[in-house]
This record gives sequence, C-alpha cells and structure tokens, in this order.
Amino acid sequence: MEELVGILKGIHPEIDYETENGLIDKRIFDSFDIVTLVGQLTEEYDIEIGPEDLLPENFNSAKQIYELVERLMEE
Amino acid sequence: MITNILEYLEGSADRHPGKIAYADDEKQLTFSHLKELAERTGTGIASIIKDHHGSLPVMIFMEKSPDTIAAFMGVLMSGNHYVPIDVEMPLHRVSLIIENLEPALIICDSVNLERMQETANGKIRVLTFDSLCSTGADKDLLERIRDRHIDTDPAYAIYTSGSTGIPKGVIVSHRSLIDYAEHFSEASGFSKEDVAGNQVPFHFDASLIDIYCTLRNGGTMVIIPVQLFSTPARLLEYMDRWKVTVIRWVPSALGMVSAFKALKLCRPGSLKKIIFGAEAMPTKCFNYWKSYYPDAFFMQIYGPTEITGICTYYVVDRDFDDSETIPIGGHIKNTDVFLLDEHDALIDKGDTGVTGEICVRGSGLANGYINSPELTEKAFTRNPLNDRYPERIYRTGDLAFYNERGELVFAARKDHQIKHMGHRIELPEIEAAASGMEGMQSAVCVFDEKKNRIIMAYVSDTLDDIEIIEYLKERLPRYMIPNVMKKIGSMPLTTGGKTDRVKLKETVLKES
Repeated sequence: MEELVGILKGIHPEIDYETENGLIDKRIFDSFDIVTLVGQLTEEYDIEIGPEDLLPENFNSAKQIYELVERLMEE
Repeated sequence: MITNILEYLEGSADRHPGKIAYADDEKQLTFSHLKELAERTGTGIASIIKDHHGSLPVMIFMEKSPDTIAAFMGVLMSGNHYVPIDVEMPLHRVSLIIENLEPALIICDSVNLERMQETANGKIRVLTFDSLCSTGADKDLLERIRDRHIDTDPAYAIYTSGSTGIPKGVIVSHRSLIDYAEHFSEASGFSKEDVAGNQVPFHFDASLIDIYCTLRNGGTMVIIPVQLFSTPARLLEYMDRWKVTVIRWVPSALGMVSAFKALKLCRPGSLKKIIFGAEAMPTKCFNYWKSYYPDAFFMQIYGPTEITGICTYYVVDRDFDDSETIPIGGHIKNTDVFLLDEHDALIDKGDTGVTGEICVRGSGLANGYINSPELTEKAFTRNPLNDRYPERIYRTGDLAFYNERGELVFAARKDHQIKHMGHRIELPEIEAAASGMEGMQSAVCVFDEKKNRIIMAYVSDTLDDIEIIEYLKERLPRYMIPNVMKKIGSMPLTTGGKTDRVKLKETVLKES
C-alpha cells in the first residue's frame, strides 16, 4: 500500500490518499493522469489493466486501486 | 440569404419544436425551449447593456451544459457576442483575459458566481444565467436589435494561447460562422437524424460542428461528461445509450479508446461518422477505429481558430499504413487555401513535396484579435499575390506540402522547423515514422537548440530505446535519428486536449 501511495503521490502529491474516495468522481485524476497511473502500475506490478478494469469504482480511492492491483496480480 | 446565425435556431424551432436539441443526463433542451430561453436571456442582457453602438463582448463562465448553449444564443439575441471561458482555467489567467477583453457583462452559473465576482473585483457586472432568463421576452426590443444587425458583426470570440504570455482573443463574425455551418454540414453530411457526441470544450472552436451543425440541421447534441474520458468502457456505453451517430473528437480522445483497446468491450452501434482534427492523428489510432467501423465515414479536418475552425478536409476513403500520414486534403467550399514559400511565391499543386506556409482567403477569416492591432496585422496580411486592391489573407504559420495526388499534407509548425547538422528537418516526419511501430502509443520530438540534439519522448509499454532506434534507422536518413530517447508514462496535454509540446519540452530538457 505504501508503495502504491508513493506512485499516486508522484502524480498528485497534494492529495490525502488515506481519506480521499473521489479521485475519479471529483476529477482529481483526469484522463491524462489515468493513462500515467495505469502505465506505472502495469510496469511496477507486472499486471495488465484492461478497459474493463478502468471503472470509477476501481480508481476512486487508493484502497480500491490497491484491491484492483492485488486481484490482477493473483490472476 | 441568412445573415444571422440565430435564423438557424428559429428555423429548427419552427420545423422541430419538440425535438431535443442539446442534452446531457441532467437536462434536455428542445429547440422551442432553447429559443424561448434565448429570447428571455437576450431581453435580460439587452436591458442591461444599453445605449451603445455595435456589438459588445459578454463573457460566459459556465460549466458545460445545455444551458451554456442557451446563454450563447441569449447573448446573440441581445445583439452582442459571447466569449466562452474555461471554468477550470486558473483565475489569474482569467483576469488577464478580462483585462484584454473588457467585457460588458459576465454570465456565470451559480456554482461559479462567487469565484467570478472575486475575479471581476467589482469592475465588471457578474450575473447568473438563471437570473437573466427569469423574466419574459420583449419581442419588440429583440426585433429592433435584429433590424440593426449586419452579418459582419461578431458572433463570438475564442481565446487561444498567446506566445507573448497573454492569451489572444480571436473574434469571429456571423458571416464566418454561417459559412462554416453551411459548408461543414455539406462536407460531413450532417443531417437532422444525427446525434453528435460532444467531447470538445465549448471554449475551443473544434466544438462548433457539434453546436452549429446541430442547430442548422435540427439534429441533437449530447454532451459527454468529461470524466468518462478516463473510463473508456463507460464512455462507449454512454455513447451507445444515447445512440450517438457522429463524433468530432480530438485525436487524443480517440487515442484514449484505442490505447486501452476498449471497443472490444462495447462498440456503439449507431456511430456512422468519425471526424477528427486539431492535432496530428496517429494513423495507427485511425486504423484501430477503422477496424471496428470499416463502413463508417472518416474525415480529417484542418483549420485554426482564425479561419473559423476549418479550411481543409480529407475524407479518408483509402487505406493507410501505420507509418503513413493522413493528408489534410483540400479546401472546403468558399475558402481558398494555398501555399506560399518563404519569398511569398505561390507553390504550385504540381510541385509535389515542396513545403510552404498554409495561407487562407475567404469568408471564414476571423475579424482579427481583440485589442491587439499589431498581432492582427502580422497574421492577417494583404494577399501578396494581389497588388491591385486590398485583399486579406490569414497566414497560419503551419507548413504543408502537396502529395502526388495533389492533396495537402501537414508538415509542421513554421516555428517547429529545425536545422540540425546542416539539414532542414521537420520533426513530425520522425514522429510519424516512430508512430508506425507495433507497441508505440505516442512519440513526439523536441529540439534542444543548446546542445543541438533531437530528443524523442515516447509512450510505450513494450518498446525500448534500442528497438526504436533500430527501427528508425531503417526508415530515415541518419541525420534524422533522435540523439536522445526518453520513455515517459504519457504525453502531457493542453486544456484543449492536444499534446502539450511546450510542457513536454520543459520536462524533457530538465531531465537531460
């Protein structure tokens, strides 16, 4: 989780990722940020994030992103 | 002959009163409702801006919604012109624009009222759209205003980034806008059956097709929420639900869908026309869309804000290899587009491959830049090919050449041309070559003048520097091979959605 927050901080350092749960809904992350994030996650965790995974409910909070990464790593 | 863009609104309201004109999930405006709102808002504005000669600017500071279109129409009803401003723009930049524009009034929505009042600082009157359209329409007043109107009066102004650091406002007349809507409707075959899926922000003139082809032809425009462009599957489901038939997107937006190969999850079934422009279209992205829509109408358009959004178009009706560049084609009706060399001599269509500056003549030419006579004079000059009487052309600063088929092909910005190792190089040529690589998502070159080196920044999940260099060596003369490679997560974008070359260059130079 700490590592993931590090990646997120690299994109938007000003966000409190422990409490924020509207990264997509509040457009804190725009499509540019998402492309950046997905690129980094893919490389860092050696996972493949498909269009079916790119949903607000997977990216609205650090916790949700963490759960997605965990799930994809198991697959 | 039509002389006021509002005649489209009135015509469509007569022919299709109950049809939805502009919509999103929150609100739907029919043509008759839109007309009524425009008349009420126009009355409200005209009762505030009185006793003046000619059209005055009214700034619109509203979130994208059907009401924003009603606000535009209201301003036009009042005999003035509208100036849409990005609500996400830093307020410092907004105040620079206010200083340059000196608007007679600022219209905003209630969520932005407080922010805008602070920015206007008591100097300019700020009112909400809701308050302006709350009173009844004064038809006599509106008729008197219409009676004074001429078609060269401005309809809108759009601010673009200025090289001086102060944004520049391009002011466009009703005549230019009518010329646009007439000929773009014809070229694209936009009809009343069409449902446009709007991606482009209203403060960017690439949205004109969505707004005005819908208005002219009695179609429907659906605003696609911007956050959906972060979730391509949801985006495509939204388009499918609204039965979108035509999209005019910037290539970066089309690229979001192709990068995640999202069409395999959902292929909007009603989509028939795919129009793109405003930046170079990666041919691989085009081919991805084409593979899902082999029978669709694909059109590339080209044209800066200063000539009302379009001066050339190309219907992509043949196959293109991933490394080939899609042409910008030929002129749209009633617009003359020609190339001038560095000595202002005309480049003949038969001079294949000779690069010159794209220059434009026609009713689409903007009136000029607001409060910037020097900038206006520099870009809108006398036609050097005609010394018999004053005739205006617009010099785009874009370079192009004719291919063997006599089609125009965009080469580069005049100011992005580089001289390297004694050779004249157009950086997009290198980019086009690299973009053809399997696994290459995006490649952009910047030139480091100090160290005299070409730096290529690229986005790819699978490729590395050596593979790309090897590939390029097979396709380009050695002096065009990048000196430095930089793998990046994604290309920075401007608020308009284009690749932000300035930001990219800044980042790349800092790191190397």
